[in-house]
Amino acid sequence: MNKRQPAIPARHTPRMERIWKNRVLYMMLLFPLVLVVLFRYVPMYGIQIAFRNYQPSKTIWTSEWVGLKYIIKFINNYQFWTILKNTLVLGLYGIAVFPCSLILAICVNYLRCKPFQKTVQTISYLPHFITTVVMCSIILQMFDAKTGLVNAILGVFGVPQRNYMGIPSAFPHIYVWTNVWQDIGYASIIYIASLAGISPELHEAAMIDGATLLKRIWHVDIPGLLPTVCVLLIMRCGSLLNVGYEKVYLLQNPMNLKASEIINTYVYKQGLTSGLPQYSSATAIGLFVSIINLILLVTVNRISSAMTGNALW
Amino acid sequence: MLANKQRKSVIRPCLQDQIVLCLDDVLMLLFGLLIAYPLLYIIFASFEAGVSTLTLNIFPKRWSLEGYKAVFEYKWIWVGYRNSIGYTLVGSLIGLAFCVLAAYPLSQPDLDGRGFLMGIFVFTMYFGGGLIPTYLTMRSYHLLDSVWVLLLPGAVNVYNMIIMRTYFRTQIPRELKEASQLDGCGETRYLTQIVLPLSVPILAVVGLYYAVGIWNSYFDAMIYMSTRSKMPLSVFLRDLLILNNTADMTAAMDPDALASLQERQNVMKYSLIVVSSIPMFLLYPFVQKYFVKGIMIGSVKG
Repeated sequence: MNKRQPAIPARHTPRMERIWKNRVLYMMLLFPLVLVVLFRYVPMYGIQIAFRNYQPSKTIWTSEWVGLKYIIKFINNYQFWTILKNTLVLGLYGIAVFPCSLILAICVNYLRCKPFQKTVQTISYLPHFITTVVMCSIILQMFDAKTGLVNAILGVFGVPQRNYMGIPSAFPHIYVWTNVWQDIGYASIIYIASLAGISPELHEAAMIDGATLLKRIWHVDIPGLLPTVCVLLIMRCGSLLNVGYEKVYLLQNPMNLKASEIINTYVYKQGLTSGLPQYSSATAIGLFVSIINLILLVTVNRISSAMTGNALW
Repeated sequence: MLANKQRKSVIRPCLQDQIVLCLDDVLMLLFGLLIAYPLLYIIFASFEAGVSTLTLNIFPKRWSLEGYKAVFEYKWIWVGYRNSIGYTLVGSLIGLAFCVLAAYPLSQPDLDGRGFLMGIFVFTMYFGGGLIPTYLTMRSYHLLDSVWVLLLPGAVNVYNMIIMRTYFRTQIPRELKEASQLDGCGETRYLTQIVLPLSVPILAVVGLYYAVGIWNSYFDAMIYMSTRSKMPLSVFLRDLLILNNTADMTAAMDPDALASLQERQNVMKYSLIVVSSIPMFLLYPFVQKYFVKGIMIGSVKG
């Protein structure tokens, strides 16, 4: 180590000198840093209204300190368990995209006809680029009771027409499987890339040993994909309670609200659309979600790091 | 690669493998249809003129352009279109500029405090103020109903920044910097005249990420904006497609050509879905290529 040091002169210059030399870099960094502080960290400072009785007429500082009142109020709310359950159901069920895209990636990888492979890939990415609003509109049109495609298809099998958007128990399935439809191809890109990185020698060795295709998928491909899957799953857990609320909000209607009201849409309604905006209460609920997400992220990262050695940090 | 292929052909796949591969072909064919069928259904339904009740046949019985006529005659669609294109262009440029300004210094290994500064950015990926404090902050900056509220807060996207930083660190040789410094080239000039021209692919990738994100967003506009003439397209789409405020539009359609209100609404909606997705689909081949590239770079753990 000592012998190699003279080759790297940067190591020898004292810290202050190095900082001065890099002053232009720090100045560049200043612009995005200011933006992040203004638009990300200042709102974090505002989280304290969760512990105060914030009134629009007063400032954050002069509002009365009430402690955990709003978080406790939310937990005691008669809707709390329903909302939490809906959020968890959509969040956990939504992980379905992972195995589906993994299977798709493996299937696409073993297609022998290259033009066909290319076509399948191109088609499968396409839905990802449909705007949320348009996607929701497509869902509403497809599940329409009178003219929807879904009812038409089910009608072939003799299932009577129903308004699926109005059935609470159907909501999680509609939400998750339309998500799968939209994102499966796009989510598979990263797995296809990882599959391409698996050494062909492993496959050859397995083939010489007489492993069938299915065995090779199970013993070569899946272990090769595991690190990617782990990292993506950990990141997913960090936003488990941040279910795609934009989509859920657009798909909500009074009839399916029992299954479609999630924490984030509830916060939005409490805080910004109700006649009497309850800023403090809504902030408290939002904070509750953020903290749970953070705890989940750290925990899952620990578990994954201990069990498989794959971690975010 | 060639040697590889030859070797592969020596080992002939066994019967089971051949069956599995054939099943795979069939499965993927079905999968392709599953994805493509609803999309085709929408496109054809937008030209439908006849009674569009339950049917699996996607070809219109009677072709008509009534839906498109209604969409093109509706003024707000064009206002939304113009706004969205404007926001997307300006927002992507601002985003790219800030992204480079953050990613380039953080990609330099001799920058002191790099880990800490990076931490400041990464932390915002996992924790934030939440909806209400953010809203109140924007209000205190007097940004409500200003176009800047749609352009500035999203400008530093940490995920994009990490991708770009990874690219700078792995694809731009360190020797270039040393050589240019020996020639008396300063930091700014090195960035603009050497690094950026070498980074066109990643600039395209990140620019597209920004563009698609801004084009798709509706929630921010819904929360912060109130002037109708400044709204992006997605807000008008929500009004028409989700909330069914379609009276203005369906009134413009020929009542004889399409019988019921529901029918007119349906045709109009399908046309609107198609019209609003056209920019994305025109750009799609381009978008697809660069998005895939971005994911490849992003998956190199940074």
